[in-house]
Amino acid sequence: MSNLQVSVYRYNPETDSAPYMQEFQVDTKGRDLMVLDVLHLMKEQDSGLAFRRSCREGVCGSDGMNMNGKNGLACITPLSDVVKNNKLTLRPLPGLPVIRDMVVDMGIFYKQYERIQPYLQNETPAPAIERLQSPEERDKLDGLYECILCACCSTSCPSFWWNPDKFVGPAGLLQSYRFLADSRDTATRERLTDLEDPFSVFRCRGIMNCVAVCPKGLNPTRAIGKIREMLLADAT
Amino acid sequence: MSNLRSLTFDAIIIGGGGSGLRAALELAKSGKKTAVLSKVFPTRSHTVSAQGGITCAIASADPQDDWRWHMYDTVKGGDYIADQDAAEYMCSEGPKAVFELEHMGLPFSRFDNGRIYQRPFGGQSKNFGEGGQAARTCAAADRTGHALLHTLYQNNLKNNTTFLNEWYAVDLVKNANGDVVGCIAMCIETGEVVHVKSKATVLATGGAGRIYASTTNALINTGDGIGMALRAGFPMQDMEMWQFHPTGIYGAGTLVTEGCRGEGGYLINKDGERFMERYAPNAKDLAGRDVVARSMVMEILEGRGCGEKGDHVFLKLDHLGEEVLGKRLPGIVELSKTFAHVDPAKDPIPVVPTCHYMMGGIPTNVHGQAILQDEDGNDQIINGLFACGEAACVSVHGANRLGGNSLLDLVVFGRAAGMFIEGALNEGIEYLDASESDIESAMKRITRWNESEGGESIPELKAELQSIMQNSFGVFREEKNMVEGVQKLAELRGRIANAYLPDKSNAFNTARVEALELDNLMEVAEATAIAALERKESRGAHSRYDYPDRDDVNWLKHSLYFPLTKELKQRDVNFKPKTVDTFEPKVRTY
Repeated sequence: MSNLQVSVYRYNPETDSAPYMQEFQVDTKGRDLMVLDVLHLMKEQDSGLAFRRSCREGVCGSDGMNMNGKNGLACITPLSDVVKNNKLTLRPLPGLPVIRDMVVDMGIFYKQYERIQPYLQNETPAPAIERLQSPEERDKLDGLYECILCACCSTSCPSFWWNPDKFVGPAGLLQSYRFLADSRDTATRERLTDLEDPFSVFRCRGIMNCVAVCPKGLNPTRAIGKIREMLLADAT
Repeated sequence: MSNLRSLTFDAIIIGGGGSGLRAALELAKSGKKTAVLSKVFPTRSHTVSAQGGITCAIASADPQDDWRWHMYDTVKGGDYIADQDAAEYMCSEGPKAVFELEHMGLPFSRFDNGRIYQRPFGGQSKNFGEGGQAARTCAAADRTGHALLHTLYQNNLKNNTTFLNEWYAVDLVKNANGDVVGCIAMCIETGEVVHVKSKATVLATGGAGRIYASTTNALINTGDGIGMALRAGFPMQDMEMWQFHPTGIYGAGTLVTEGCRGEGGYLINKDGERFMERYAPNAKDLAGRDVVARSMVMEILEGRGCGEKGDHVFLKLDHLGEEVLGKRLPGIVELSKTFAHVDPAKDPIPVVPTCHYMMGGIPTNVHGQAILQDEDGNDQIINGLFACGEAACVSVHGANRLGGNSLLDLVVFGRAAGMFIEGALNEGIEYLDASESDIESAMKRITRWNESEGGESIPELKAELQSIMQNSFGVFREEKNMVEGVQKLAELRGRIANAYLPDKSNAFNTARVEALELDNLMEVAEATAIAALERKESRGAHSRYDYPDRDDVNWLKHSLYFPLTKELKQRDVNFKPKTVDTFEPKVRTY
């Protein structure tokens, strides 16, 4: 019988002076479980193991983590996708402060999201029914609105690691473009003005880690490119 | 004096899903001191998993559509124990609430004329059941819940709502008069326990599908608000009514939207037969969910199930073509590939009825005010306590909810509760402060867990509870099995009361949260079991072999479960809508 060897990041601020990696042996009974299932089996061995989870189907964005070196959602990542030589290493999302074990403090990530004013702005009086939008206009939001705020992208981005307070990061910028691209939003100018500094958008170096890890298959780099184009057009 | 820190608000909303955020938005706009307290970051709430849409007569797909037709479908769908004044309120106020969501930015799919896209869903009709299938479910592809929840969260940010994210509400605090004057809550990150004082406490804690072993529900759906209300001694309504969604992915339990069938998909048995044509000749695959789920189980029991064990059926979508699937059901394609290893453009998805939705809950009026019944059988408002969304039983869903009506319920009644509380606060609310012993009694169970020194393990007890519910209170029920189930639960209650929390640490202790959740699962399970055993008829989702027929003489009633005596009483259903004629009970066929 070959148990899966799992090495997991542990840190409890009350008892540990420093983080360490703990080894677990998990009997998967030969099944191609999701990584989240494996975490639950580990928690049965040690109830103190802390991680976030909610929907267990890839839409709530709770269980973003680093699995064998790559960010993703534990609940929709089958072992067959990540396990090498029967080994799995689990670490919290990189670059954010760790609260406990796999749980990170997402404060700065959320702050960058809030910063781009992630809500529709339209000061014209609303009609008695819905605002009309053609299917073609609506199509422009596809690939943008589906973001689940799991932070897999921003925490895989070296530019965000370096300047998390000044660079909005791929997740925030994807949402910024979601509103810039919305035919119903009238705050385009204000949104662009707010992003005009050298950091907010232009720290993106096109490394594209965000695209490589997005569990929803979204493309923040493309959205950032579109914002750059708008900013440059705006400047000329 | 208690050494607990206290936080004071005009209103505290427990739960950050659709109904909680909609209520919060109303109160944030009013400038009242309001906070949303949620055990997860709000966009991780279960509303995010809703797929197919929000049903509402906005007259987009059909300019002649009428909210009265929607109301008729809702009342019929609920097998006539939906309160007609509440269904009337939801269906008539619905368009306003949906247009508000669109104005807030919700990215609905669109028709060519620019209006909101609507698709057919189960149990929908035109002209009071006489005009054929309606298309009334407003959709953002198959991610409507995600789009709705994010839009509401975004608009709460815009309106500076205060959030206590990753806080867990432990129990309600009642004063000497029995008024609810706040709650005990724990900050999950630090483990700090505080006393939240509030003039209005809103339970928007969602469902409790995790009482079953197989459910479409998120892991967080543990009925926390229901547990809190039951421990406070308040009654619960129609708890026997649990919806089993026809299309949970076999094995994984994840939901496949009814919108698949709305877009033209259908169920087949092992012979490739479209069997719903036999059970519901008119609506076929778009009959009520209870009807479809039962038909599936009948097929399986009669040996026409699919797979090696013959224990599921197939949902066929390949004939819709990749374009429709990619445009209208992209999330389903994703989920099927991930959890069923099936590409629905090529092969059918294995599905089985799976616990999905709690029609019952905390009885409320249309303003979200929680209700109890006095000794003479009269409704009485519980001061300070409100509920909305799945945790509440208004009741608009009766014995069976129609697809797309849950999202509408969330926004209509979240909004209504917010508006009512604002008005009440303006008029002035003064309740007696909680005494030291009132607070202590709300601290009892967290203290119990913290002082536990040995006993059985939490995950094992939870698994046992889920298996009892799955085996004795599923799609079909009967006396003997349920009696056994009730006995097993009674025994389990004793064991849970002595179970062990090994980890007593403070920082982000998820084991403690799971211990507290287990208490709530226990409360919900027992209420469900006793109500199911006592309702001696079949109606909507409650289907008994030993009482196969609907019994309008004895059971055209809500059930009301009283936790202190574990008795089941009855409460009248409202048959007095304000602006339309009463929909009289008829035989329910599709």
